[in-house]
Amino acid sequence: MIIENFPFITCMILIIFGIYTLLFKKNLIKLVIGITIIESGVNLFLVTLGYRENSVAPIFTFASSEKMVLPTPQALTLTSIVIGFATTALMLSFVIFIYHHYKTIEIDEMRRLEKR
Amino acid sequence: MNLLEHSPALIVAIPLLTGFLTPLVSKINKKLRNFIILISLLLTLILVWNFAFSYIFPREEPFVYVFGANSPGITLPSGYKIPVRIIFEIDSIGAFMSLITSIIAFLSFIYSLEFMKKYRGLEKYYTLFLLLTAGIFGMEFTGDLFNFFVFLEITSIAACALIGFHVNKSSCVNAGFKTMVMYTVAALFFLLAVGLLYGQYDALNIGILATKINGSLLDKLALGLFITALALKIGSVPMHFWVPEAYGESPSPVSMILVTNTQASLYALFRICFTLYGIVMNTALIGWIIIILGILSMFFGATLALIQRSIKRLIAYIAISQIGYMLLGVGVGLTTLENPQLLQNYGITAMRGGIFHIFNDAICIGVLFLISGAIIYRTKIYDMNNLGGLARNMKYTAIFFIISSMAISGLPPFNGFVSKLLIYESVYKLNPLLSIIAILISIVTLANFVIVFHGVFLGPKLKKFDNINDAPKEIILPIILMIILIVISGMFPDLFLRNLVEPAVKSLINKEIYISAIGI
Repeated sequence: MIIENFPFITCMILIIFGIYTLLFKKNLIKLVIGITIIESGVNLFLVTLGYRENSVAPIFTFASSEKMVLPTPQALTLTSIVIGFATTALMLSFVIFIYHHYKTIEIDEMRRLEKR
Repeated sequence: MNLLEHSPALIVAIPLLTGFLTPLVSKINKKLRNFIILISLLLTLILVWNFAFSYIFPREEPFVYVFGANSPGITLPSGYKIPVRIIFEIDSIGAFMSLITSIIAFLSFIYSLEFMKKYRGLEKYYTLFLLLTAGIFGMEFTGDLFNFFVFLEITSIAACALIGFHVNKSSCVNAGFKTMVMYTVAALFFLLAVGLLYGQYDALNIGILATKINGSLLDKLALGLFITALALKIGSVPMHFWVPEAYGESPSPVSMILVTNTQASLYALFRICFTLYGIVMNTALIGWIIIILGILSMFFGATLALIQRSIKRLIAYIAISQIGYMLLGVGVGLTTLENPQLLQNYGITAMRGGIFHIFNDAICIGVLFLISGAIIYRTKIYDMNNLGGLARNMKYTAIFFIISSMAISGLPPFNGFVSKLLIYESVYKLNPLLSIIAILISIVTLANFVIVFHGVFLGPKLKKFDNINDAPKEIILPIILMIILIVISGMFPDLFLRNLVEPAVKSLINKEIYISAIGI
């Protein structure tokens, strides 16, 4: 029972790590890393959903007569990875601009500079 | 096959393709680029209107559009039927939202022509602008949860890049980063919830899922994630802190279309609560959660606005509190969904108020952002403490400001009065306290606008504003058009209520029609 659910537990642990990073880290790059960890957790969760016992990947060339899985979760994961790439790139480019303005990426330092 | 029957695909495709054509055309000629964007947005507007009034509102059942096939069903060799294609399912509320989006996007573009003229990098601005428009249409049309996630991320990326458009200002970049973090976390929560549902029922289509869902613990967890994610996207109060920065730092036409983006997420929240979970869950409980979110948003939005000094941030806080009214109205409708007698008694009225307020909020908050943009365009000052006496120089702007602020505060004879009155009188029957809070918050909203009007338009003549007059006609024109809409919908609310709002409310309540339209 616990072995079967092990992949799901791993995904949830990853997501919780990501949320922890978002809440308690004060470095912008670390925030981006936190979001990427949540994203990996969610993607892993989607891939895990696609697993069915005793069935093969849906490749029709030379296919055996065994059961095939429906490739929807894999398609979802691919789309999600591409979107994640775009969001990460945008966030990192924002971090570069913030660094140009403040010469720091620590949130506390930025606040101090803004008050002055 | 009639080309107009492909409208749902065209409405999303035209802004999307024009968006990616823009950088190419921009290399040839700037005027040609503006002309092409104008034509594409006008075409979208006409298509949306034609589609809504000839295909959606006259019919009872929703319009199902399947990409690459005539019908949604496909049979696997095992006989298992499942909608694997991309499906758009548009009913009256989706059409109602897309009408608002098309008007706002078109007027926002006309405003951008003059307002953004002096900046570089406009080809990227317009690309992102059109992407945002296409994404919002997609969110309103799609009948599939994963598709909704994709469009949600399209709008997130485009919106955040637009918020941080002025990269030379540190506050803009900050706002863009903050909003992007919030939007991404919301979208990932949404995707996790979609995964939870897919793992149990092997379906992504909203209609199919609604027939299969059985209210297990995982479903409740998914509902919690959906509500959290979408409440974050609409900026409801515990998760509101990105809103003032996003609306306040972005260029004014962008703030206007961001309001519409927010409302598309609001539509998704209603769709999930009514259609997806309406049959199996205790809707009274969900309704109360939404009412509490609404009351919190109303209260904190309007009171925090009182201490703002930047005019755009003040309007942003008012926008948060107006979202609360829609949540309140539709939430009250949701609590009565299981009891037909109460639904007839006051539930439908509350929902009519809430849905009509979506239209009023888009128009009024939008025009307030445009007016603040016109002031900033002329004076280059954001801080209200440094403004004053502008009514002498910008007469028309002052008049427009009075009309729009009266409309959003719910004073007769404008449209905000109609929707808010519908909300007050029906919410009173559920719980008088809610109604009293709503009326009080309206007064606080009016007080906010009295402060702005006094600070910006009244007072002695200031020497630094001697050479200032009303903004040029490209900026005034969209404002005038929206003011005309405010006045018409205030004078003849029945026209709007009967033809637009009534079908939209019906389509939310009669969820079985939406669910059975897929027909598998």
